[in-house]
Amino acid sequence: MTALDNYVAPTSLEEAVEQLLELGEVTILAGGTDLMPQANAGRVKFKRTLMNIRRIPELRGIAREGDEIRIGALATISEIMAHPLVREHLPLLVSAGDHFASNQIRNAGTLGGNVCNASPAGDTLVPLMVLGASVELASMLDDKLYRRTMQLPEFFVGPGKTRLATAELLAAVRIPVPPQGFVARFHKFGTRPALDISAISIGVGGVLKNGVFSDVRVAFGAVAPTPVCGCATEEALEGKKLDAATIAAAAVAARDEVHPISDVRASDWYRKEMIHNMTKRILEDVSTTH
Amino acid sequence: MSQQLINLTLNGVPTKVSVPVDMSALEMIRNVTGLTGTKYGCGEGECGACTILLDGVSLNSCLLFAVECDGRQVTTIEGLASDPLGLRIEKAFVEAGAVQCGFCTPGMVVQARQLLQDNPHPTREEIQRGIEGNLCRCTGYVKIIDAIEAIAVGKES
Repeated sequence: MTALDNYVAPTSLEEAVEQLLELGEVTILAGGTDLMPQANAGRVKFKRTLMNIRRIPELRGIAREGDEIRIGALATISEIMAHPLVREHLPLLVSAGDHFASNQIRNAGTLGGNVCNASPAGDTLVPLMVLGASVELASMLDDKLYRRTMQLPEFFVGPGKTRLATAELLAAVRIPVPPQGFVARFHKFGTRPALDISAISIGVGGVLKNGVFSDVRVAFGAVAPTPVCGCATEEALEGKKLDAATIAAAAVAARDEVHPISDVRASDWYRKEMIHNMTKRILEDVSTTH
Repeated sequence: MSQQLINLTLNGVPTKVSVPVDMSALEMIRNVTGLTGTKYGCGEGECGACTILLDGVSLNSCLLFAVECDGRQVTTIEGLASDPLGLRIEKAFVEAGAVQCGFCTPGMVVQARQLLQDNPHPTREEIQRGIEGNLCRCTGYVKIIDAIEAIAVGKES
């Protein structure tokens, strides 16, 4: 076991990934809102080097690039919620952010941090999956800065586990600009409105045209080791008229396709019931959108 | 544990300190620079007693690494004593009787400043949402909300 004995604060993405490759044993620090309490509680052990990535300009900013909106890994939840591009094209992220912890934590916590922590209950993950987001991963390859992208569902492996390679850094989250008529909802269910960890969360998105719901994406949080796609629910909805029968069938499909655990926050039975009831409620809300 | 030398502006004063790499900004503020107005409540970002401003934005200093303060502006409750809005909030808290044991008060005042800076005329509900990251175990919040509302509606005495 090596103790933390080195601190680096690179000022460019290239420098950061070079150092990651050289130093090997590195703990990444972004907002710190998860790292600090996890380290204090002994759930995370610092590696030899603490790398503060907050001085890297390439990891900041929110911008439109072609048909995508690129959100830098260091964008805080507050910055995302206030950004005009997000407010115009991705209102789902604004409403999800509203349920994220507290103002102080939204001001410090970063999107990249929330994604890399890969909590099954991570508040931004379900909305990002509904929006079809991918992650942009940076590393050094043949002495050059190399970037690859990966769809979010593929990125998550288990609680706290991702496909991020050892010498790789999450640089940004990329979200396709949703098409005309795209409607989306996120619902987080916990026992209190602020600073709670979800017992379950649900995200639904799709294009609603003349009452017909298509290009449907459904995702669930806190019902599996990772946030998961609600593929059976999507199938129950795709191309259908969003009437009472479709909604009822989709809610049943949702309940039947999740396999949650019982823990301190809720029992498996309760989680399944909540998935059923909330899916129904969200879809009823979507169906009344004009 | 390796030490790191950092330069920050603490309540307007350029300050140089040496801190362990894993130290929180809260520990630095209280134990290295000796400003004890900022309180340690839970150490997990749940209670807001340690709220400070970093480059003018409120956050929990217990979750902030001290090294991250390098090159930045840190404002604590002591710093709000020379801030016009901070002073108004402090006065409104006193007048509304919003202080009982006082432990949450520094964090409450700093967060109230953030709230009123973002939204100078919040409704009572917006005030509640704005301070949802700050716990008070004495007042039941009513007088704290009254104090912030007094400023929001310009009814300070």
